[in-house]
Amino acid sequence: MAQVNTFKPARSYSWLVSTIYIIFLLLPIYWLVNMSFKENAEITGAFSLFPQNPTLGNYMVIFTDPSWYNGYINSIIYVGLNTLISVAAALPAAYAFSRYRFLGDKHLFFWLLTNRMAPPAVFALPFFQLYSAFGLIDTHIAVALAHCLFNVPLAVWILEGFMSGVPKEIDETAYIDGYSFPRFFVKIFMPLIASGIGVAAFFCFMFSWVELLLARTLTTTAAKPISAIMTRTVSASGMDWGVLAAAGVLTIVPGALVIYFVRNYIAKGFALGRV
Amino acid sequence: MEKTYNNKAWFFVLPVLLLVLFSAAIPLMTVVNYSVQDTFGNNEFFWAGTGWFTEILNSDRFWAALQRNLLFSVIILALEIPLGIFIALNMPKKGLGVPVCLVLMSLPLLIPWNVVGTIWQVFGRVDIGLLGRTLAILGIDYNYVRDPLDAWVTVIVMDVWHWTSLVVLLCYAGLVSIPDAYYQAAKIDGASRWSVFRFIQLPKMKRVLLIAVLLRFMDSFMIYTEPFVVTGGGPGNSTTFLSIDLVKMAVGQFDLGPAAAMSIVYFLIILLMSWIFYTVMTSSDKDA
Repeated sequence: MAQVNTFKPARSYSWLVSTIYIIFLLLPIYWLVNMSFKENAEITGAFSLFPQNPTLGNYMVIFTDPSWYNGYINSIIYVGLNTLISVAAALPAAYAFSRYRFLGDKHLFFWLLTNRMAPPAVFALPFFQLYSAFGLIDTHIAVALAHCLFNVPLAVWILEGFMSGVPKEIDETAYIDGYSFPRFFVKIFMPLIASGIGVAAFFCFMFSWVELLLARTLTTTAAKPISAIMTRTVSASGMDWGVLAAAGVLTIVPGALVIYFVRNYIAKGFALGRV
Repeated sequence: MEKTYNNKAWFFVLPVLLLVLFSAAIPLMTVVNYSVQDTFGNNEFFWAGTGWFTEILNSDRFWAALQRNLLFSVIILALEIPLGIFIALNMPKKGLGVPVCLVLMSLPLLIPWNVVGTIWQVFGRVDIGLLGRTLAILGIDYNYVRDPLDAWVTVIVMDVWHWTSLVVLLCYAGLVSIPDAYYQAAKIDGASRWSVFRFIQLPKMKRVLLIAVLLRFMDSFMIYTEPFVVTGGGPGNSTTFLSIDLVKMAVGQFDLGPAAAMSIVYFLIILLMSWIFYTVMTSSDKDA
């Protein structure tokens, strides 16, 4: 019998909904991309749907001026550090939460969640003072540690979600076969939850990449992220719209590059591994 | 899953515990400290009791920001949840359309928040933005810099643009988990489109919808970067939400006491919401 698919019952116009929604999503992005290929005179002067004199000048400014491209390098350094720390710390913890009951486990799990939900605004000032006391202001590690506030809980919850899907019998069989815990964890368990580790790493990367408030508060020059540099495109001749647009487009690129590989896990990642 | 009781599991949790102690507990204690002390400078502090809390809870500024933020969150939920369900119901279920929809719809979720702000700031500008310019040509008086209502509309449309996809993706994940047999049974019974939605799809989406509602509430309740970039909290204070107000107070004016007291109140609200979230999540983990 043919599969009766009543998920979309006899509604030939349903594709229209997705299409209109996607157009709504893409229009503002298109406008940014459009602007990034224009010269400032054209942006403020003529109103055109396509660049009349397409130019790569705005991108050249970013790739040749160290104060611009260092922003990207800074961002990538602290985001990478944060992803490493978060996932490495979260792996054993998630295993503990998914396999064992222990004193205070539920409280700790809940406490982690409150950190994911905590407004960064609450932490901006205390972070500044804490890292000043340790002389860490304007270093990459400061931002990486600060972002652990929400990324470690996120990684623990996501990994716990994936690990709970692996039957416990696998652990037990491995121990009977004489595997030590570290060998079991690295050789057998980690390959089983490889996609989970990937998803957790991706989301740590993403949430650290998109955050501005803490990153801006904790840096002044040497570790300043690209997102903070973008806020200073006002030059003597007015706003440098073209460069601003180009910088914006370049910050979208990392997400757009990996989006295809994580497409089936995006809902799961945002929902803390609970879908 | 049956879990064994073993307190040695604490060793596994230790790295996370230390990290979170450093990045959450210590800063939070600093806030608690400030919230009960006063200073005349020179790093000399004295006990101020609950004075700051009384001040915050009696200040119109705090209540105004809280009301604005609650109103914002409610509007966001009222728009994004139904819209998200509607789009998820109309998404293709198989074929090439699936990855195309998933990829394109996820795009706004992965854009840095200040760039989201920049995109909409530019998009809505009357002089150079596609939206602002088009509205001006149509003869609609729209200016988010001067008009509070326009600022609100811009911030809300921006958030719908930014986050509706999250609701869509969550609902879609719930929908694809429904076996075809359910629909076939419904078809044999001659169920209407509405009853299929009401009695098959909605119950199956209940869990993901709860997650979506809570996530959207929490995140809209602590929104900072996007409206800050677009409106800077203005015009006047019309789009100054809790986080924007708090940062203004703490970093801008350096009013440590009131800012800390406000942080604590803010955090308690978040704690309550997190507890609801946690209860929902863990109780539905058992059902699943």
